[in-house]
Amino acid sequence: MGTPVMLGAITRMVTLTVDGRDVRVPEGSTILQALHEEGTAQQADTPTLCWAPNLAPVNACRVCVVEVEGSRVLVPSCARTVEDGMVVRTDSEKVRHSRRMVLELLASSVDMSQAGDDVARWMTEYGVDADRYGPPAPPAAAGERDRRRAGHHHAPDGSHAETVAQPVKIDNDLYVRDYSRCILCYKCVNACGTDAQFTFAIAAAGRGFDARIATEYDAELPDSACVYCGNCIGVCPTGALKSVREHELRENDDWHPEDETVTTTICSFCGVGCNLELHVQNNSIVNVTSPSDHSVTHGHLCVKGRFGFQHVQNL
Amino acid sequence: MFGAGGGTSAYVEAEDADLLVLWGSNARETHPIFFHHVLQGLRKGTRMYSVDPRRTSTARWADGWLGLDVGTDIALANAIGREIIHADLVNHAFVDRATTGFADYAESVEPYTLERAAQITGVDAALIEELAHAYARADRAQICWTLGITEHHNAADYVFALINLALLTGHVGRYGSGLVPLRGQNNVQGGGDMGSIPAKLPGGYDLGDDEARARFEATWGAPISPKAGMHLSQMFEAMEAGTLKALYCIGENPAESEANAAHARHLLEGLDHLVVQDIFRTATAELADVVLPAAADWCEYEGTVTNSERRVQRVRKAIEPPGQARPDTHIICAVADRLGHDWGEPTAEQVWDELRSLSLDWHHGMSYARLEEHGGLQWPCPTEDHPGTPLMHARLWAEDPAEIGTPAPFTPVEHVPPVDVLDEDFPIRLTTVRLLDAYNSGVQSGGYSSPMRRRESLRMDRDDAARLGIADGERVRVVSRRGAVEAPVALDPSLRPGLASFTPHFSEEVDTNVLTNDAWDPKSGTSEFKATAIRIEKLADAPRLATAGD
Repeated sequence: MGTPVMLGAITRMVTLTVDGRDVRVPEGSTILQALHEEGTAQQADTPTLCWAPNLAPVNACRVCVVEVEGSRVLVPSCARTVEDGMVVRTDSEKVRHSRRMVLELLASSVDMSQAGDDVARWMTEYGVDADRYGPPAPPAAAGERDRRRAGHHHAPDGSHAETVAQPVKIDNDLYVRDYSRCILCYKCVNACGTDAQFTFAIAAAGRGFDARIATEYDAELPDSACVYCGNCIGVCPTGALKSVREHELRENDDWHPEDETVTTTICSFCGVGCNLELHVQNNSIVNVTSPSDHSVTHGHLCVKGRFGFQHVQNL
Repeated sequence: MFGAGGGTSAYVEAEDADLLVLWGSNARETHPIFFHHVLQGLRKGTRMYSVDPRRTSTARWADGWLGLDVGTDIALANAIGREIIHADLVNHAFVDRATTGFADYAESVEPYTLERAAQITGVDAALIEELAHAYARADRAQICWTLGITEHHNAADYVFALINLALLTGHVGRYGSGLVPLRGQNNVQGGGDMGSIPAKLPGGYDLGDDEARARFEATWGAPISPKAGMHLSQMFEAMEAGTLKALYCIGENPAESEANAAHARHLLEGLDHLVVQDIFRTATAELADVVLPAAADWCEYEGTVTNSERRVQRVRKAIEPPGQARPDTHIICAVADRLGHDWGEPTAEQVWDELRSLSLDWHHGMSYARLEEHGGLQWPCPTEDHPGTPLMHARLWAEDPAEIGTPAPFTPVEHVPPVDVLDEDFPIRLTTVRLLDAYNSGVQSGGYSSPMRRRESLRMDRDDAARLGIADGERVRVVSRRGAVEAPVALDPSLRPGLASFTPHFSEEVDTNVLTNDAWDPKSGTSEFKATAIRIEKLADAPRLATAGD
């Protein structure tokens, strides 16, 4: 008897039409998977913010929407599964306009400056003009947004763009929460919850524009259920959650991503053998991540793997 | 297992198991990313039982918690085996075709009735019965264990007791069914696979295997004694007997990590010569005549490590080592050079390729290029076109009896209580436990600032503390038959009356291993870290210190 090899579930193939071209993908795929795996370069570059390969889709940001023939409204490609005979359009005026609005409204209210090169490029490609909503309103005082209750939001007068700007929360030695950069994509909530860690230290609180990610009763992290796995940092797309080390280096103008090397190795702690990507600047480890496509970690780590490298730091 | 020292299953199988038994494992804290796979299983409907003296953070996720007394696992396992036999839930098709020794096993477990097991273990008989039936009836079931099984004076027997259950029910060699020892340290599996087990050559060959030994001798150009060397516990006995006078210690901190540490330190101090090669100036290094500063190979050099699913993975250099630190292999080659053997300065890949040329069954097909391409490969991987082996011992289910090969033997084992018995003078059972954010003797994990870190305390049950008139946070004296330490008390709801715990992480605060027993398992050499008999004494005029909750 040979070595058993796991092939995964055997699935039927379905055919859909994307921008006039037939595409065949396994049944159960999402439209986004079809675009990533079988699409043109442009189709594969469908913008995403709240989607990640190692998280279940949450349909929060709507930036990946496409048109599906027969559907009254645009559908999020990250979550909609393909059907045989489905007709999809990814580049219609309706799609482009909707994506632009999503990016523009986020850019007018949230600091997207650390959201990465792809987001910056999409902003340009979709013609985002965040300034047309007026100058940004002044930042909220520390804790003010946390105290706002549902239904008590004042109506904006239109002279300024409403924002989520507020001071950075630094209440522990490992990571900061910079909610001026939070787009409420829910990735952190789901990494902390049922997609990986099952700690449930954070959830969305508040309603409408005052909605925010919060611990229970807005407790400081050391008083919350948080176990500092940092899987929330690992999935955050905008730099709202980051290590104290990265935060400090950025604050001191000592952050040099252009010089950063990323080396994959194995964690030196327990016997699970998690893949670590060591992000190194100037011979010093600045961040630790894990590849989302590896069967050991699915991209998620524990506190020791993500933060326990101080003993090899050359500072 | 069954001739190959490694777990049978890949981690991802836990996501598709119907039943998981975490036995002597608090994986939620000690193997957090393995536990992610468990949690995905639970989300999909996997049932889980926790067998642990403490109601750990793992047990809180379980459908059932069997809170047994420390050191009674064999009685529990044998009672489960007996119940499976008496309830006619044995997988006879598997037992008949793929195992030997069933009749002897059945006879050996016969005295372990549910009632007797309940008496020995303290676990409700109905709960033992429930687990026995759940395990036997599950389509796919795994038993996962850690140091709660292996840190006993008869550790190997504990493991046999669990293996017997898997054989009885056929829960081995199929996807989702297996025996999963979760290794306590990053490269325990790899270290053993590379021949650091005294009776083994690299690649899992027995030292007594003349053919294998001849191949190694031919490649290494040196004779190899067929007689096994000493394991760590035997080395300390030899130090005591005065027959071992010099020690070369690489990446280990026995002055803090050995049981009965005061005695161990005394023996280390009595050596004629002690060399320590480490990335830290450990407590052991403080005793050394020579300290060789080593690079942290996991991020300052190249190589491979092997994890608990037998996956060999590459470690790579990301940063420069500090000062004069050098990779372990370079230091060893330099030492060999001084001893008159020119080994050159081989690269990590050259060392690995030599190993592959000798480890024909397990590692031969694992070139660096393939390890890179596949994100690691699981042994056995005998050829370069072999996909690796996520799931072992599928052969036991082969149609053709010739393919089954050597059947898997039942190994009858008896319950023997811990060596360090409880009595009037030492009435409380102390066990050692580990925390999520810390690691072993703390030399690595002490470096970073964890917001979860609290001062080291004697964790104990509320009722015990009340009976002794001890308040939460009060400093007490903890005495075992080998030594005494002082520590503050922290009341811990995960403990039961008669059970207390320390971690091994903060020896600068509490030197836990001064208390532990160095009685060791003759088969594995592991000391009885999990079962120490102690008494707790109030200190005269002890100030009550602030507690974590204050």
